[in-house]
Amino acid sequence: MIDDQQLDLLISDIYDYYGYDFGGYSRASFRRRIDRIYKLDGFVHFHDFLSKVKTDADYFKRLTEEITVNVTEMFRDPSFYKVLREEILPALHSKPFIRIWHAGCSTGEELYSMAILLSEAGLLHKSLMYATDLNQTVLETAKKGLFSLKLMKEYAQNYRDSGGKRDFSEYYIANYGLAKFDENLSQRMVFSQHNLVSDSSFNEFDLIICRNVMIYFDKELQDRALQLFDDSLAKLGYLALGSKETIKYTSIQKKYEQLRKEKIWKKIG
Amino acid sequence: MEENRLKIPQKVVVIGGSAGSLDVLLQVLPRLEHIGDIAIVIVLHRRNSDDNILEDLFRMKSSLQVKEIEDKTLLKPGRIHVAPADYHLLFEANHLLSLDVSEKLHYSRPSIDITFESAAETFGSKVVAILLSGANADGTAGLLSVKQNGGIVVIQSPQTADVPYMPAFALDHVPVDHVFAPIEIAAFINRLGEKP
Repeated sequence: MIDDQQLDLLISDIYDYYGYDFGGYSRASFRRRIDRIYKLDGFVHFHDFLSKVKTDADYFKRLTEEITVNVTEMFRDPSFYKVLREEILPALHSKPFIRIWHAGCSTGEELYSMAILLSEAGLLHKSLMYATDLNQTVLETAKKGLFSLKLMKEYAQNYRDSGGKRDFSEYYIANYGLAKFDENLSQRMVFSQHNLVSDSSFNEFDLIICRNVMIYFDKELQDRALQLFDDSLAKLGYLALGSKETIKYTSIQKKYEQLRKEKIWKKIG
Repeated sequence: MEENRLKIPQKVVVIGGSAGSLDVLLQVLPRLEHIGDIAIVIVLHRRNSDDNILEDLFRMKSSLQVKEIEDKTLLKPGRIHVAPADYHLLFEANHLLSLDVSEKLHYSRPSIDITFESAAETFGSKVVAILLSGANADGTAGLLSVKQNGGIVVIQSPQTADVPYMPAFALDHVPVDHVFAPIEIAAFINRLGEKP
């Protein structure tokens, strides 16, 4: 078990050596991630672990990959995608150009889900999807559009539950246990590393999707990220969060109107 | 209200359950009266869906305030907090509750072990962990951690459990403080609440 003091030391050394600031991460889950990799890699003494992190840049890279949780799925929470499909995309339909930001896109499952929705709404050609993550490795994976074939049955069900009417298998080619998604879907995606802790707004968007990313932040960092999203949203643009996240009791709340009980807010102010 | 918001729980009662535990809670919750400065947290292995049937059911059966947990919900004394499906639940030192979608444990998310362990690390001897009916080994490692950090460990007596595997497994591996039937669990929590 790593104690609080050791955790503080690790956070401050990572910042000094690599410039990544994990100080605003939720302590409880950060501790679990660190404990997990510490045990997984068989460390017994904290100073060995700390020195490995400081001196071995590849190991630090592995550490950041482990810290950032990359559990995701296509059409996760189908009802959320149903609302996107039936209400949000029609509202954006008349725009000459649609900019979407997937903040913390991980390995891209939700990104390709979005591309499928845009394609079915006939909007893909005039959309641009900015996909960002802290973790460069997951971005490489996302770019390829390769997902495990054995998950496709579950994803196809999610797709249908979200109101999808087509045969889901039309969207990918099965090959050696992998599903390779149609390259037409990724044509309108731009990938870039972006850190919600330290980086700034870089464009103006009509829709920002950031689901189950801010749950790993403490309140203060959540406020920073929300401010960043607010700075990056066009008026009447939409902010979509995870099913148990909220902007209630935050400084941006008064400028937003929630879509019924959905975790989607429209910028009105 | 403002005064209440600043109050912090003197005890955190965390109840974990799986198959067969809903009936137990429906016996326990209506009997809870004097929970005072105690905060109750319920973590059940539940179907992944968007509905709030579980919370509604608890609300119907309890005179206490029932709160569905979202990310960074404040843990409040006198209230029953219910963990959502498909997220692990963790405790922060400032009494906020954090959610986490990391890997499943014992094929479960929420994992009872993860929540018990987090409670033990964060609140030490203030924790009372109660493990109910269920069909897998989830909860045992968490109870051990609660015990090691000075908390109190309670399990539902396997004889009274619809699915005895989970409490029986814990009984074999953890030095438990109390083994109770459902009605005794309610009485026990009420007694905790009466203490100053």
